Amino acid sequence: MSEPRELILEARHVTKKYPASHGRTLVANNDVSLNFYRGQTLGVVGESGCGKSTFMRMAVSLEEPTEGEILYRGEDVSHLKGEALRQHRQKIQMVFQDPAAAFNPKMRIMDIICEPLLNFRRIKRSEREAKARELLEMVELPGDFALRYPHNMSGGQRQRVGIARALALEPEIIVCDEATSALDVSVQRTVVELLVRLQREKHIAYGFICHDMALVQSLAHQVAVMYLGNIVELLPGEKVNSRSLHPYTKAMIGSVFDLHMDFKKPIESIDSEAPSPLDVPPGCPFQNRCDRRMEVCKSVRPVLKQIAPDHQVACHLFGAGDGR
Amino acid sequence: MKRAMPFLKKNPAFTVFAILALGVIAAAVFAPVLATHNPYEAVLADAVQPPSSEHWFGTDRMGRDLFSRVLYGARTSLTASLSLVCIIVTAGTALGIAAGYFGGILDAVIMRISDMMISFPGMVLAIAVAGILGASVTNAVIAISIVSWTKYARLSRSLVLKIRSRDYIAAARVTGSKTSHILLRYMLPNALPTILITGATDIGSMMLEIAGLSFLGFGAKSPTAEWGLMLNEGRAFLTAAPWLMVFPGLAIFITVVVFNLLGDSLRDALDPRSE
Repeated sequence: MSEPRELILEARHVTKKYPASHGRTLVANNDVSLNFYRGQTLGVVGESGCGKSTFMRMAVSLEEPTEGEILYRGEDVSHLKGEALRQHRQKIQMVFQDPAAAFNPKMRIMDIICEPLLNFRRIKRSEREAKARELLEMVELPGDFALRYPHNMSGGQRQRVGIARALALEPEIIVCDEATSALDVSVQRTVVELLVRLQREKHIAYGFICHDMALVQSLAHQVAVMYLGNIVELLPGEKVNSRSLHPYTKAMIGSVFDLHMDFKKPIESIDSEAPSPLDVPPGCPFQNRCDRRMEVCKSVRPVLKQIAPDHQVACHLFGAGDGR
Repeated sequence: MKRAMPFLKKNPAFTVFAILALGVIAAAVFAPVLATHNPYEAVLADAVQPPSSEHWFGTDRMGRDLFSRVLYGARTSLTASLSLVCIIVTAGTALGIAAGYFGGILDAVIMRISDMMISFPGMVLAIAVAGILGASVTNAVIAISIVSWTKYARLSRSLVLKIRSRDYIAAARVTGSKTSHILLRYMLPNALPTILITGATDIGSMMLEIAGLSFLGFGAKSPTAEWGLMLNEGRAFLTAAPWLMVFPGLAIFITVVVFNLLGDSLRDALDPRSE
């Protein structure tokens, strides 16, 4: 952790609200501050609907934050429009969750992979097959796939094509929105290995959305645990197992299945549903499911507190006394 | 051509109607060769003659040869209805795609105008528009365009809405595609097959609408050879000289049926579910 980290993208106090019916608002992200560092992976974990995808969509400028700002190398990019936004997009690319839905079914693989390059006139139309072959080989696919259509490929192969498309522009950040969760477990592993290799070679920063606690802690340099649009804990990936403090994080770790599990012990899971993001209670968002709830949790919303140099947690149980 | 042959063999119905439609078009194109007389030459001495070997379809009250006039009428009707379909398909699709993709105020404005058009009976509104603009074939085409584009706008809008929130559209945006590129390379090809099939089935009914307007006196003006107008001119002689209405009526009937069936068979041939 002593090496200096190069900050590429910084989300500062980002809030995203959507208008909902009956004049209510849906708070998808509440005061989220996260950083993307060169060559490092930021993992975001949380249940479905907790706002991780919304955050990543803002990071790739598909959505605009309601409040707060997103800085790319110190420059606010959250409200870019038109050509300026288009030029900025070269820096941040995305791999989508469902490889079946991420490609135009009527386009051939080489047209899909080379579209980003053609959009920015980096190659000529006549060069696209050669370039597509090169990119396909980079993601360990045979170059002949360039002439295929997406429906002629398996899920894992398509996800590699998605990675090849994201790599085409040589971006500094690639956001993977649950890029492996639609794949078979065995295929998942090879895709993750590919991502790790590419990161080592090209020093790409990943934004990695995941349900899988076990995967994210092995892969991510930093893990942000999200609950109902709030970051509840932020810590290094390798310390998730040993040092996590927030009751929600612990409950998530407790619900990981693995081969060495002792099935005589009861499987820990979180009771009840998360409250609707339309109607977040005052105080701690996790209070109704937390087994260590205190009186203060009902009225005061905990903020992220630094409890170690690389560890922040938003819970009244920790670091309350010294305010740090 | 190599791809066309197996397609034609696989869809015999489409082949038959395509040949018939080509026949109708050929009749219009080669009207000057096929016509036995000048369709505008009035020989009052030969007025209102029944069909004979000299005048195959008889003559009208001005002594003009009806067979030649029906042939020339095909030119008027076909050009008018084809250009009408082109106008409404282009305008409706463009507006519908824009409304669907951009949403917001643009969508609201376009779709409310289209609702307004739909809430009127089409023919009545077309009569009103044609009445304001004055009677001519061009104005009839404009009048019917104004009331008929809405169908294509709604259709293409719904097709665009279906794919707009797909991941691959988001991917296209993230990879830096310009909006015009997304509209032309993603939205249009997605909507086009359905739109073209609907357009093909519409040619017949548009022809009928133009003939209807002309019959009512809001379309072609005499002495233009136009089927609807010829029906109107022959109306007074219905009992004395039925051929004046029978032949233009048959021409309308045959052409409309051929183009409708062509559109239907095209839809069946291209229906993805049949594969």
